[in-house]
Amino acid sequence: MADPLRIESVVKRFGEVTAVAGISLEVAERNCLGLLGPNGAGKSTVIRSIVGRVRPDAGSVLVFGEPANSAAARAALGWVPQELAVYPLLTARENLEAFGRYHGLRGGALRGAIEWCLEWAALADRASAPVKTLSGGMKRRLNMAAGLLHRPRLVLLDEPTAGVDPQSRNRIFEMIEMLRGEGTTVIYTTHYMEEAERLCDRIAIMDHGQVIAEGTKDELVARAFGGRSDIMMRFATGAPGVEDWAGARGGTLAEGGAHFTVERPTEIGALLDAAAREGLEVIDVTLRRPNLESVFLHLTGRNLRE
Amino acid sequence: MIATIVLTGFRALRRDRGAFILSFVLPIVFFSIFAIIFGGMNGDKTARVSVLVVDEDRSATSERLVGALRQEPSLAASTRPDAKKGQPELPEYMAASAERAVRRGDAPVALIIPEGYGVNRKPIRILHDSSDPVAGQVVAGMLEKIVMMPWAVLAARNGGGPVAIEMRDVVGENKRSPMIAFYAAGIGVMFLLFTASAAGGTLLDEAESGALDRILSARVSMTTLLMGKMAYCTLLACAQLTLMFLWGAAVFHLELFTHLPGFVVMTVATSFAVASFGMLLASLSRTRAQQAAVSTLIILTMSAIGGSMFPRFLMPPAMKTAGLLTFNAWAIDGYTKVFWRDEPVLHLAPQVGVLIGAGVVIFLIARRFARRWEYT
Repeated sequence: MADPLRIESVVKRFGEVTAVAGISLEVAERNCLGLLGPNGAGKSTVIRSIVGRVRPDAGSVLVFGEPANSAAARAALGWVPQELAVYPLLTARENLEAFGRYHGLRGGALRGAIEWCLEWAALADRASAPVKTLSGGMKRRLNMAAGLLHRPRLVLLDEPTAGVDPQSRNRIFEMIEMLRGEGTTVIYTTHYMEEAERLCDRIAIMDHGQVIAEGTKDELVARAFGGRSDIMMRFATGAPGVEDWAGARGGTLAEGGAHFTVERPTEIGALLDAAAREGLEVIDVTLRRPNLESVFLHLTGRNLRE
Repeated sequence: MIATIVLTGFRALRRDRGAFILSFVLPIVFFSIFAIIFGGMNGDKTARVSVLVVDEDRSATSERLVGALRQEPSLAASTRPDAKKGQPELPEYMAASAERAVRRGDAPVALIIPEGYGVNRKPIRILHDSSDPVAGQVVAGMLEKIVMMPWAVLAARNGGGPVAIEMRDVVGENKRSPMIAFYAAGIGVMFLLFTASAAGGTLLDEAESGALDRILSARVSMTTLLMGKMAYCTLLACAQLTLMFLWGAAVFHLELFTHLPGFVVMTVATSFAVASFGMLLASLSRTRAQQAAVSTLIILTMSAIGGSMFPRFLMPPAMKTAGLLTFNAWAIDGYTKVFWRDEPVLHLAPQVGVLIGAGVVIFLIARRFARRWEYT
């Protein structure tokens, strides 16, 4: 059986700007692939190529072996765009009915899909409320539900938590986890690394229209940093000579303390002993493994949300 | 501080094309249209009243009267229908054929000089169509002016007294509410154009919100979507016109229920045409704000030229002809045929043909421009 998604050497230019510069990706059945990258990295263009709204200048996009934008690909795909792409004057139920019909659902199948979506999105008690009266989180959940009425096998979620509060974000995570529990393949774009870490099996980091790294979170971290860890030490105010002391041991002053990258976590003991010998009063020490943010910084020299 | 506020206001206005057009372009366009209509630009080229003249008397006096009518600059007097190019001259109007021509709307007035006019001063009959309330009065006034000329006064002395005039409204004599259908159609079509523009604008709303992308990524093609919007807009326009005519029937005694077939045909054709206009405007516009500004300009201009604001029969000939480029003129003509002239549905063929034909062509153009939404 064909993979849910196979992208080969896709290039897309808008005038002089190359939005996607030869990307290749594969997503296996039941997997969740995170597309991680800053604004303008080309994530949305990749997503729009998959749903057939962007015609690549080169390369191919296959959805379950069918060309993107073919009837078969459309039927298998569910797309949740970044924008709140619903009718603001219609109620939640009316919106779902409209988008269900656009996906070819009728009669009992449509009614069943609407009820499922309302439950899934926790909107059953607000089904008759006009969208414009719903909270931001509710609108986001409705936006998601409208893309999933036809129960697609591959779901594309384009920054579905943009602009929502933490509580609503958690609710959205639960919805996605429910989908994953049912075996749906998910592609998830975000520039929040904690979302990618929580939801995704594999992560593709994009920058300047290219995938600059791909793998599981651990693979990406290991590839970038090996087994190294970060140590952050803070000292009592006025401790003299901290910068010289840290510099002599390969560290730097950062975020109000001394920052070290060490091969083994046990090296923390030696650093504490050295500080004590030097008469530096340590008030806080943190050992942390590098995360995706660190990986991105390491690969691009920029923060994820710059 | 005040200067900064003023400067900021002008800077914002300069970049808001919609507000700019409404503030400066629209008033100039309207001023020009009404200046042309009322002769400010063309001076001596004000509309002449078309009058069909039937001389049943055939006396020297009646012939002088016909000659004087022909020379009257405010009248366009004719004694026979215009023949087509290269065709032999058509026979002169008789009283019956002139009355039929007025009923058909070929001319607003017929003037019949009866047999015996030159001898015993039988009254001159003026048959008029009161849908043009000015024309009959103009002809009667001109006639009174002519009979005060020295030759006419002399003839009157010899023939037994001054001229008498009988006026008859041959089209509206049995109507309870002259002009109501005209106003219903005129105002109705103008607001229909606004409705169609707003309904078509939902395409731009959907494009801006991302809903259009989502719809087109489902099982909906651009053609299907446009046809759906067109159908919605047509039905909405039908409902709007029906409500307006029902109101006219209930409050102003418009004879809607005795003219239902013609009303239905004209309403569907008009609604279809204006719906296509809404689709075209939306597909040509880049943003909703641009569409709103451009549509206001175009709709008000079309309505002014097409007779929604000012009857076309009072316009100069060139403006009357220009009006035929608008939906308003064809719709008003069609409704006038139905409600005023009681013409059968088949006689609506020219109006319905133009409205439907234009609607189809404009829809196809809109579809062509809507390709920009299909893919990027």
